[in-house]
Amino acid sequence: MKLALGPLLYYWPRQQVIDFYEEIAKTPVDIAYLGETVCARRHELRVQDWAEIAAKLAAAGKQAILGTQTLIESESDLKTLRRVIDEKGFLTEANDMGAVRILAAEKRPFVAGPFLNVFNAATLSMMARLGASRWVMPVEMSAASLADLQAARPAGLETEVFAYGRLPLAFSARCFTARHFNLQKDDCQFKCLDFPDGLLIRTREGEEFLTLNGIQTQSSKVYNLIGEVDAMRALGVDVLRISPQSQHTIELLQAFHDRMHGTLDPSAARERLAGLGLAEPCNGFWYGKPGLDQIAA
Amino acid sequence: MLTGKPFELVCPAGALPSLKAAVDNGADCVYTGLKDNTNARNFTGLNFDDAQLREGIRYAHDRRVKVLLALNTYPQTSTWGRWTAAVDKAADFGVDAVILADPGLMEYAKTKHPQLRLHLSVQGSATSYEAINFYHEQFGIQRAVLPRVLAMPQIEHVVKNTPVEIEVFGFGGLCVMVEGRCALSAYVTGDSPNTVGVCSPGKAVRYEQTERGMETRLNGVLIDRFAEGEKTGYPTLCKGRFEVNEETYYAIEEPTSLNTLELLPKLMEIGVKAIKIEGRQRSPAYVAQVTKVWREAIDSALRNRQGYAVRESWMAELNKVSEGSMHTLGAYYRPWK
Repeated sequence: MKLALGPLLYYWPRQQVIDFYEEIAKTPVDIAYLGETVCARRHELRVQDWAEIAAKLAAAGKQAILGTQTLIESESDLKTLRRVIDEKGFLTEANDMGAVRILAAEKRPFVAGPFLNVFNAATLSMMARLGASRWVMPVEMSAASLADLQAARPAGLETEVFAYGRLPLAFSARCFTARHFNLQKDDCQFKCLDFPDGLLIRTREGEEFLTLNGIQTQSSKVYNLIGEVDAMRALGVDVLRISPQSQHTIELLQAFHDRMHGTLDPSAARERLAGLGLAEPCNGFWYGKPGLDQIAA
Repeated sequence: MLTGKPFELVCPAGALPSLKAAVDNGADCVYTGLKDNTNARNFTGLNFDDAQLREGIRYAHDRRVKVLLALNTYPQTSTWGRWTAAVDKAADFGVDAVILADPGLMEYAKTKHPQLRLHLSVQGSATSYEAINFYHEQFGIQRAVLPRVLAMPQIEHVVKNTPVEIEVFGFGGLCVMVEGRCALSAYVTGDSPNTVGVCSPGKAVRYEQTERGMETRLNGVLIDRFAEGEKTGYPTLCKGRFEVNEETYYAIEEPTSLNTLELLPKLMEIGVKAIKIEGRQRSPAYVAQVTKVWREAIDSALRNRQGYAVRESWMAELNKVSEGSMHTLGAYYRPWK
């Protein structure tokens, strides 16, 4: 089982990003997904900068992967997409079917990202035929559905599960962060920079509910499958994905690493994670329940 | 197969009476679903059993109206057979096209029923010509329904770069999220548009009169609270009022409905092939009303695109049936974003 750091979903200042990945290079993480996958307006780092970070991580022995933008709207978005794919030294995570089309035409292997909606064996086999070497399960999929897919999985195709972090639940053409400041997206003043872990939505009775991250909406709770590591191993899951947050990512990676390698038992692992999350944990999707539920393993 | 019109009006048929209302009031196509989770309006009391579907197809075809069958949820491995059986049925019953989202199912349809016309559902989340052309090359899809995310120049750019016909949403409930890329309902209720075909399902809804006002909840989560005299809305979870930085407002989207009547000549001009009316969950009266207005508008624009103007009477009719009685151009109008 390998440990992956998911793409940075938030918008941080350039130097903070560079420093962050310098620290990541020293961790036991096996795989790092890089690049801007959420919003085309974010430009603290360009594709070239991400490729440089990827090269450094590769030199540190990590598998560095460049992700494509999930919601493509314009020709300019497509240009960026092609630029990401043109970084031929690195594997690409395809986050929409346009990226799959280009990668398949170039006969390049790719990671089928979590937003491609691979829900059944027929679609999974097709992804493998088109060149996917790994697929990432949709976050809303349950362990039972995953078990069915694992039973039918084509040989050589790796399976990755989003195992820790605020859940990326939805994308929109609208920027909700800009909207909060009565700004239009085209003049957003890059407000996302002020919210390194997103902007919290509460219900009218003060309950934490969702997180606004530009055009993306996340859960407020933190999806946490540290208690399900053995179950994922039993299902033949190859890679666990940890989503970056502004604090404690290194400790989170270390805890998952230790849990995966058997040097930390499940209850000690849960305890170690307790103070590190952005909010209380949830794991409902894994059990086929509402995502916000927390089910005892 | 009926021959295509230059610009098609595609109307919702949640059940047989709505289908007839759409056909009688000038729809070029109606879209329907079966009574299960193979479609994205899997609501109690809605949709078609076999006899109703046969009758609907007969009624529509007799009047030269096409019938499209939405099988636009994502099948799971364990229930795969339900979706393939639905595709077989569509071909067997003689529907004019199936509206699909799942690539695996498209491959099945293409292989098993090469003559069956395939439309890419809005649930397929294809927002660029690269994505649409992927489905065209792989499965021969002939039409794609665009998610409600693109501005007019972006739609025009898509049309210019694909051989696939483009259908857009013109009127009705507005998803603010990219269709097919929204797990909000799954997160709160466990029921997902992608796999179950529902959003904010009625079984998870609770209305409670409290001292603070009428509260609407979804699986216990407070979606909105209405003061006395305020009209209580259905708790669609992205259309509630929430607190962000201690400010309470419609943080995601107001309870508006999409209305693009004024854009009609422009949509025709840039080469959009069809306009879709949302609302299979709505009443036959809604379908009749909306179809009638849009038929008049389309005919008016087809007769004289330059001289086209939205009539006040059309807006008045549509306002009567709109969600929240507010209209928006949504993403077609860039500042909405």
